[in-house]
Amino acid sequence: MAKRESKLSDKIEINMTPMIDVVFQLMSFFMCTLKIVTPEGDFDIRMPLAAAAAAPDDQQVPPVRVKLSAGPDGALAAIVMNGTTVSDFDELRKKVVAIVGTDAGPNSLAEKTELELDCDYALKYSNVVKAISAVSGTVQNGQIIEMIKKIKFTPPKKPGS
Amino acid sequence: MAGKRKGEPSTTEIDMTPMIDMTFQLITFFMFVMNFSEAEQDDRIQLPMSQLAKPVEGPTDTPITLQLTNSGSVIYAGELVALSDIGSYLDREKTVILDAGKEPNAATVIIRADGRSKTGEVQDIVRICQEKGFERFALRAQYDEGR
Repeated sequence: MAKRESKLSDKIEINMTPMIDVVFQLMSFFMCTLKIVTPEGDFDIRMPLAAAAAAPDDQQVPPVRVKLSAGPDGALAAIVMNGTTVSDFDELRKKVVAIVGTDAGPNSLAEKTELELDCDYALKYSNVVKAISAVSGTVQNGQIIEMIKKIKFTPPKKPGS
Repeated sequence: MAGKRKGEPSTTEIDMTPMIDMTFQLITFFMFVMNFSEAEQDDRIQLPMSQLAKPVEGPTDTPITLQLTNSGSVIYAGELVALSDIGSYLDREKTVILDAGKEPNAATVIIRADGRSKTGEVQDIVRICQEKGFERFALRAQYDEGR
């Protein structure tokens, strides 16, 4: 009996080596497959080719036309909305709010209004994204309030053509 | 070797517990940050920033990603293609979509254009896609978290 008791009190040693091997393998796998993805978002645009020929609707609201002109190096030179010059994108947003209001629910003016972007060929694309951001909504207290959803481009005009 | 009994094996025991704890913590961390999304991103493209870009919710139905570089060429499926040549690649995509029993207008063309590229080139891509029957576009921008 005495012999058995002494055996039980012996320290049992677990061989950790295989576990550590596997754990390190797993860790290196997860480390190597780590992909840092920056958060991205989309601006959805529906632009069928035949849209220009679509029959005018009775309920159609007149489209908002925004012209973005480029300077010699592709920088933004001027913003013209429905024939009036606008100083910057903040003012453009205010003007759009004045036209469509802040209600973006179903059948609202903001939902029906169409915006046509007419951009110079050489204009830097980031300006277009800024313009779309300005007209498609505002951020208030971290909440996005949507405005114009129907955005389309005029056909590209290659310089010299 | 004072105090050591004769015949006892001279093994040094290292306490493995903190190391294993830390390693498991690291594994858990890497498992959580692991991203299975097959989002096509390329270092050559510097997306324009926007606060209003709607975060991509779930996978898009039949997406076609076209990335426009600063120099005016297109990255399609990891390959650098001239802007004028994307038509033939889109024809191939169209065939695949039609074979799957879908219409080209159900597909979404994701345009990841560099913020410094020319707007006209983005419009050229849109025009070429329209000619091939695609009509849904998603202009991708990098989400800007606040001013």
